Formats: sequence, structure tokens, C-alpha cells
Amino acid sequence: MARIIVITSGKGGVGKTTTSAAFAMGLAERGFKTVVIDFDVGLRNLDLIMGCERRVVYDFVNVIQGEANVGQALIKDKRNPNLFILPASQTRDKDALTLEGVGRVLEKLAEEFEFIVCDSPAGIERGATMAMYFADDAIVVTNPEVSSVRDSDRMIGILSSKSRRAEQNQEGIREYLLVSRYSPERVQRGEMLSLEDVQDILSLDLIGVIPESQAILNASNAGIPVILDRESSAGQAYADVVARYLGEDLPHRFLTVEKKGLFGRLFGG
Amino acid sequence: MALLDYFRKNRSNSAAVAKERLQILVAHDRRAGGPSYLPQLKHDLVAVIRKYVAVDSDAVSVTVESDGGHEVLELNIVLPD
Repeated sequence: MARIIVITSGKGGVGKTTTSAAFAMGLAERGFKTVVIDFDVGLRNLDLIMGCERRVVYDFVNVIQGEANVGQALIKDKRNPNLFILPASQTRDKDALTLEGVGRVLEKLAEEFEFIVCDSPAGIERGATMAMYFADDAIVVTNPEVSSVRDSDRMIGILSSKSRRAEQNQEGIREYLLVSRYSPERVQRGEMLSLEDVQDILSLDLIGVIPESQAILNASNAGIPVILDRESSAGQAYADVVARYLGEDLPHRFLTVEKKGLFGRLFGG
Repeated sequence: MALLDYFRKNRSNSAAVAKERLQILVAHDRRAGGPSYLPQLKHDLVAVIRKYVAVDSDAVSVTVESDGGHEVLELNIVLPD
């Protein structure tokens, strides 16, 4: 039985696709057969972040409309044999996603995969509601910034009412908070909401904190999920997220300002 | 460096300001987030009650609250003395 996880946020640009790519790769690295689906029809980007943009032939909408089968549309990751990507359509609009069609594709994928990661588009419209409807678990990506926190709160409300689990009176979606673009330096200076502030307002289980890091842009530039940059704080933080999701109890890291030694100060660490 | 301190002081408050604004806003959003039929339901209820008792429209309050797994629709009517 496959587990369906939606990566959502409400607000755009907070790191949903970065998180989807890293999280899916992390699950695959743990040996789980994983597929990551781009629900951002019309503005696909997951393929770019995963580095497989030139291998897209068929897409999610083609499969929904019966123009291709799932096997034809799935792109096998070149780095990890457990990982597959189902890209979004770049030319259709979001109305091409139907509840029935999405449900059918997910059911088919569930026969073969252990984890299905759904990369939600921003907003609360069709693409986003489709991405969350079938979910078992949700990771709400939030930046420590007012508009992102507000939108996340709104999203949490929608998650608890507009899902298959809610409609069938099953146990609700398991929701987790992931705080990204966290800067301990700015928090220390009082310029940024602290982790405690965000948790006070959203009160969700914290699955991880991703520090603001140059490694993320580098990874996007190269089309490599940042979790594969094992030297970077962001990569390590994502590896922790995957471990926590799988039930490991790890302390949160990268929450405080690193004290630089003389060497670090001189050479900028 | 009084000038520098001035800017630093202003900056150092911004996270606290953000939190306070968010707490108020989020509480408001959550209250406002009832079902979309709520205003119409209230309007209709007031009309029905007025057939029997002369009440002000603000004497009737209709709220929906979620409590764990279920929602409670609460109707409160203040009758005139």
C-alpha cells in the first residue's frame, strides 16, 4: 500500500519543489520505490530541479487523458534506480486535472511504488486541491515570514476539510511543518520570526528546519536535488527530514549561529 | 554611533512586531473561516425569529466551531426584555 505525501504551502516560492525533489530523492536513497509528481500544470518546474527536463516526452495530463500510459510518462532518475518523476504538462491548463483522472493515475502508481510525493502548485485552486485530495500525509513548507505563515495557516485549514480522508470520515491527514530559508543570524538580531514563533502560531509537528543556504541555488542551477549535496547544511537538514518522516527521532540542527573561529573569521568560513 | 543604534533598535523589533500581527490576523482568519452559507443562514434566521419576536439583527449570532473531529453550529438569540 503506497503512502501519498503532499508538499504544500499556499504561498509560492517558499521551497515546495526543492523540498519535493530532496524528499523524494531521500526516500529513494533509503531504498523505497518512490515517484514524485508535478501538479503545477502550465508551470512545470520539478523536471528542471530534478535535472531531467530534456527527457520529458509525455506528462501527467497526457496520462489522465489516455494519450499515454503511466509507464510511458514516467522518467527514471539517472542517479537512483528507485526514483521516478511524473512531469506536469507545460501547455495545458489546470482544469485538465480531474478528481477522477488524478485518482485513477495515483491508484495505478500505488501498485508499483511505496511512496508517492505530490509537488503542489502555489495557491488554493484546482492544482493545489488535487495535489492534496488523496494525500495521507502533508508537509507544509513555511518561510519565517508573515505572508508565508498566514498562507500556511490557511492551508492547514483546507487540508483538514478538503481531502478524501476528511470526506470519507477516515483519520485525518498527518500534517507536518517544515520551516525553510531559516537564518539563525537574522533570528538572533530580531529581524526574523524564530522557530518558536512560527510553531506558536501554526502548532504542527516540526519535521525539519532547512537553513538558508547557497547550496540550494547551486543545486537548482545544476538540476541536482540538494539532499545529494551531503556537505551542505541544507542537504543534511533534508536528510534529517527524511529520517524523521520514517520515524527516527533526531534533534533539529542548524538552529543557532555558528561561532566562527579566527580562521573562519579571516577567511569567511 | 547613535545613528547606527537607531536603525539597529528599529530592526531588532521587527520579528516581535511580525509575531504580534500574525497572531491577531491568524485568529481573525480562523474565525472568519466558517462555511460560506453562514451569513445567509443568519439572515434567514433573523427573518424567521422576527415573525414572532422583535429582535435586532445583532441579537442573533451564528458560529461554527471545530472541536476535534466534529463541528458545532451554535445559535445564540438574545430575546428583548
